[in-house]
Amino acid sequence: MYSADFDYHRARSLADAQRLLAAHPGAKLLAGGHSLIPLMKLRLAAPSAVIDIGRIPELRGISRSGDSIRIGALTTHAELAASADLQKSAAALAEAAGLVGDPAVRSRGTIGGNVAHADPASDLPTVLVALDARITAVGPKGERTISADDFFTGIMTTALADDEVVTAIAVPASVRGQGSAYVKFAHPASRYAVIGAAALVSIANNRCSGARVALGGLLPHASRVRSVEKALTGKPLDAAAIEAAAALAQADLGSNVAGDIYASAEYRTAMAPVYVKRAVAAAAARAGLA
Amino acid sequence: MATTVAAPARVFGSGIRRREDPRLLTGTARYTADFTLPGQLYAAILRSPHGHARIRKIGSSAAKAAPGVVAVFTGADTEGVLQSIPCAWLVPNSDLKVAPYPPLARDVVRYVGDAVAVVVAESAQQAYDAVELIDVDYQPLPATVDPEHAVKPGAPQLHGEAPNNIAFHWTVAGGDVDAAFKAAEVVVRDRIVQQRLIPTAMETRGALAHYVPATGELTLWNTTQNPHIVRFIMSLVTGIPEDRLRVIAPEVGGGFGSKIPQIQGDFITVFCSMKLGRPVKWIESRSENYQSTTHGRDHVQDVELAATKDGRILGLRCTVWAGMGAYLSTAAPGIPTILHGLMLSGPYKIGAVKEDVYGVYTNTTPVEAYRGAGRPEATFMLERIIDRLADEIGVDPVEVRRRNLIPPFDNGFDVITGLKYDSGNYKGALDKALAHAGYEQLRAEQAEARKKGRYLGIGVSMYVEICGLGPSQVAGAVGFQGGLWESAIVRFHPSGKAHVFIGSSPHGQGEETTFAQIVADELGVSVNDVKVVHGDTDITPMGWGTYGSRTTAVSGAALAIATRKIKEKARLLTSHLLEAAVEDIDYANGKFFVRGFPDRHKTIQDIALMANVAWNMPQGMEPGLEATTSYDPPNFVFPFGAHLAVVEVQPETGHIELKRYVAVDDCGPQINPMIVEGQVHGGVVQGIGQALWEQAVYDANGQLLTGSLADYAIPRADVLPDIEVLSTVTPSPHHPLGVKGIGEAGTIASTCTVYNAVIDALEPFKVQSIQMPLTPERVWRAIAERKGA
Ligand SMILES: Cc1cc2nc3c(=O)[nH]c(=O)nc-3n(C[C@H](O)[C@H](O)[C@H](O)COP(=O)(O)OP(=O)(O)OC[C@H]3O[C@@H](n4cnc5c(N)ncnc54)[C@H](O)[C@@H]3O)c2cc1C
Repeated sequence: MYSADFDYHRARSLADAQRLLAAHPGAKLLAGGHSLIPLMKLRLAAPSAVIDIGRIPELRGISRSGDSIRIGALTTHAELAASADLQKSAAALAEAAGLVGDPAVRSRGTIGGNVAHADPASDLPTVLVALDARITAVGPKGERTISADDFFTGIMTTALADDEVVTAIAVPASVRGQGSAYVKFAHPASRYAVIGAAALVSIANNRCSGARVALGGLLPHASRVRSVEKALTGKPLDAAAIEAAAALAQADLGSNVAGDIYASAEYRTAMAPVYVKRAVAAAAARAGLA
Repeated sequence: MATTVAAPARVFGSGIRRREDPRLLTGTARYTADFTLPGQLYAAILRSPHGHARIRKIGSSAAKAAPGVVAVFTGADTEGVLQSIPCAWLVPNSDLKVAPYPPLARDVVRYVGDAVAVVVAESAQQAYDAVELIDVDYQPLPATVDPEHAVKPGAPQLHGEAPNNIAFHWTVAGGDVDAAFKAAEVVVRDRIVQQRLIPTAMETRGALAHYVPATGELTLWNTTQNPHIVRFIMSLVTGIPEDRLRVIAPEVGGGFGSKIPQIQGDFITVFCSMKLGRPVKWIESRSENYQSTTHGRDHVQDVELAATKDGRILGLRCTVWAGMGAYLSTAAPGIPTILHGLMLSGPYKIGAVKEDVYGVYTNTTPVEAYRGAGRPEATFMLERIIDRLADEIGVDPVEVRRRNLIPPFDNGFDVITGLKYDSGNYKGALDKALAHAGYEQLRAEQAEARKKGRYLGIGVSMYVEICGLGPSQVAGAVGFQGGLWESAIVRFHPSGKAHVFIGSSPHGQGEETTFAQIVADELGVSVNDVKVVHGDTDITPMGWGTYGSRTTAVSGAALAIATRKIKEKARLLTSHLLEAAVEDIDYANGKFFVRGFPDRHKTIQDIALMANVAWNMPQGMEPGLEATTSYDPPNFVFPFGAHLAVVEVQPETGHIELKRYVAVDDCGPQINPMIVEGQVHGGVVQGIGQALWEQAVYDANGQLLTGSLADYAIPRADVLPDIEVLSTVTPSPHHPLGVKGIGEAGTIASTCTVYNAVIDALEPFKVQSIQMPLTPERVWRAIAERKGA
């Protein structure tokens, strides 16, 4: 299909992008284009103008500063998956990025676009919630940082204002005794997550000293399953304890799970504990190795 | 010391690389969409958003006034210009009711995607923009989408011509089925749904029509499997005489049956060009393709098998409701009947069969051939019900098959449905598949795994299929409104290079390579010296197209015979030039020589030069070195094989992992084994797609819910194992090269092979049947239900 008519502007810098946004109400930012362009081609989105931020140098790159890893908004899924830093210190993120769509999608799609788009079936939001990531955005009123917990607010809706640009995402680097993992039930056609489960666990003295566990694909946005987290804390992470804690995911989800023609809400709800269990077990194994 | 001299490698049978590939892989191939003519306009079609509705009014003034718009046409404009789209397979003895199929809807729309209006504009963008401005006042009507329900009293009616939506009722019977069921010690039954599939060729459909009012001539670039049929049908619908109509099928990016029929968009594009006197192009988007290009399968099947306790099959009885969609597409009625019902007994000795097939109109996209076309639906019924029988009597499913196989034969075997299979060695294929897979070992591994709570499954399916369509007399007898012969021209140029012109229309199968191999092998020229030309009705001789795995089987036979005519003429000319008796001229490795005097010879290149310059021809011999053959096959060909799959099912989630796939196929002697392997790969994968992933889903109102590749799951390389491709070789007795078709073979057994493997894996849960595709949820539910039971 052909999109409706639109104007195209290329931003040279972050300041330029902000200026263009201010000058063109109704404009949309364009990063990797792998969410926006499909919507435009189906004419589900018809922005009057598109502001291409894809070549702004300051939005690129992965860098480590102290105990946190800063990821520029334009970093592609392929770059995330290939990053040695992430593989070592935020394994779930590298893992999830490597499971996004297919190679073409991974080499164009960006982390900034992925979180701004906030598809409920996306992979990265789930991981970012579990890892307690912080999203930095710049708008007319300056820069602010939003925790992933607060960033995702509904189906394709976020805490971001229309005139804000995501510049970077920061994830804490895991320390000794911490491990994270992401497991995914991919839709056979879209490859989006039917269910995505991400876990970050900390182990001290052979017991879980803290856990963050999030699910995607089930609810309007990526969400933590706090009963599971609570049940894991203080326990030795053996198979039985993980299974028992994971079972609580169903209760956390309640009756809000959405189904579709591929997988019903009932099935998704029933599968959630299985994926939580697998994610926690994989994270625990990594924590033991770290 | 003895030295061995390697015999020159025969080009027939060698897996040389496809000459098609460099242009395809470097993006230099040119498809219909890649052609642009001066003054060209673009058409965008407004399609029905309703499964069934009455059109009260179409307001097109805003669209007409939009920038760049040249014209807007609706069904009313086609009055008296375009005829109804014909159905070309009028299956006899079936009370067939062909409802009018207007290229642009008149009054009523009958499926989501039915063409309602067309905008022609200076750019594609402008055409699509203006389509959004057309205002249609629809009165929605109740819809019916399921072929079994559509025939029931009270169902919404699509066509006044077809009460209860029944397009036809066809029956095939052989032997005494009632007696078989009376005598049966065991009867097993199943209800099988062959879900509707969307062919998903890489290139969507499209057309570029250039009508020149001054000459009344139309040139049509069209992505089709059969340009000569397009010319014939286009002529019938538009009234443009066939001699003024040139159809060019440039590079065609796959078809799988969905590019056999002429669909609404083709006629609309031509109509626009006729009206406006300018070239008009129309290219489907993928979502448009999913609605407007034909679908496949869509059967609801009730199957019953009568047998003895020791597994001897006595009879098979089935009723099938075959969804046809809203209108009868070109070949649609022949698929669930002739290509399906006649193959019911498969590779087995079955004394009695009976099948009732109802072709049913529903508010869905029209159905056509889809790779395998009728045979996968027949093979699945039979191979599934045999596994049910095996389960019922507690005998290994392979053993049950063995007890019923037709013994090897090399020249004709009459089956109960009236067909004569050409040659077969079914046991040979089965033995090879089992030996290669290590069947006994696999069963042992399965037993071991079960003890550890792992669920491995082993599935086997055999098949024999009818292809190489086919004798034209039979085509006529079964209601096909055309012939099924093919023709080939071989023309040698003075320099010894040759052109081959064929009427069939390869579109990915590789005949530009394999047909050059046929000529090279017969005449000793280099493969590189033979160019194969196809896909242009002004240049190539008559042919009925590429489908039904018929190109090598029919067109290839025509080519082999034409090549042998060349050889005969070369022999005569050699005898004249060397002043030797014609009986004394032998041929070997590209040389015609006097027997016993190999130095006294002419090469085929010498002969090509001498025949073309014609300085010294024998009395009465025409100049040139060219031969034409039209070939009508005496029978179909019947490839066969045995497939085996190993799966592992995770009961916790219902996920299926396909661990191994073994395919043994017999298509007779292989011209190019690499291409055969590629065809088997593609075919097997499409069949697996039906088992595990693919389904076109409509809601009760006729909305297509799987309207894009984000919802409709086609197989991907990363979820498939290596396919282990093996073969046996049983030549066809009637084909000049002994070859059979291989284009569809892989698809025919693979769906049931994988299905049987999954059910086998679930044996501990006593699961007998799961609706395809076997999604994790369905598998998980089937287990949960049995656990609850
Ligand atoms: C076939 C296919 C399969 C896919 N499979 C998956 C999958 O399995 N898992 C998954 O998670 N995703 C999947 N995706 C989506 C993919 O990851 C997208 O690339 C991603 O969601 C959006 O990133 P983008 O850079 O392409 O953003 P764009 O498409 O360029 O933009 C998306 C939205 O974000 C806004 N935006 C972009 N950048 C910024 C920014 N820096 N600040 C503020 N707003 C911004 C845009 O205005 C737009 O509204 C798939 C996409 C396709 C086409």
